[in-house]
Amino acid sequence: MVGYNYETVFILNPSLSEKEAKDTVQKFRDVLVQQGANVYHVEEWGVRKLAYTIQKKNTGFYALFEYSGDKNSVKILETEFRRDEKVMRFLTTVLDKFALEYNERRRRGEFNKPKETKKQEKEG
Amino acid sequence: MTLVNESVSRVELRKKYCRFKKNGIRYIDYKDENFLLKFINEQGKILPRRLTGTSAKYQRKVSQAVKKARHLALLPYVADNLK
Repeated sequence: MVGYNYETVFILNPSLSEKEAKDTVQKFRDVLVQQGANVYHVEEWGVRKLAYTIQKKNTGFYALFEYSGDKNSVKILETEFRRDEKVMRFLTTVLDKFALEYNERRRRGEFNKPKETKKQEKEG
Repeated sequence: MTLVNESVSRVELRKKYCRFKKNGIRYIDYKDENFLLKFINEQGKILPRRLTGTSAKYQRKVSQAVKKARHLALLPYVADNLK
């Protein structure tokens, strides 16, 4: 798919039920697909504890999209995020070739033992 | 009464090499907060290069990754007992 590779992580309000959260993620995914973006990876980390309170909440439902498309798809996705009050926070990053390679390995589960093991072996 | 500064044990701990060059790490993932915890101190501040020994290029990447992680509430902006 021509265009850049992006990765978006966003946090949904934890008060949503499991089903509602999944529907919201699906809704945003459809927004992306309508823009002709190729969403090749979706991840849901579920409800997690936040490091600090956002909108008086201590937990949030994290979800992640990895997709490639043109920059308009990102712009429209982000306006959708701003419009939807269930979304507490979002962050889109562009992926360079090292990031792509890293995500590829992450998806293959190579990082069950993260890089520290190499460091630990040295010091161990 | 002499004011003796207790020596920073961290200096011996951190050998002076850039772990990213040595391990060949090219991308620092802002989502992996366990890894990023190594680069912030107890208050959640980013550690300076002179303590971690990382090279300038990777220190910039680390600080960008930590700031992104903070934005996503994976890391706190300010903490008192992080470790």
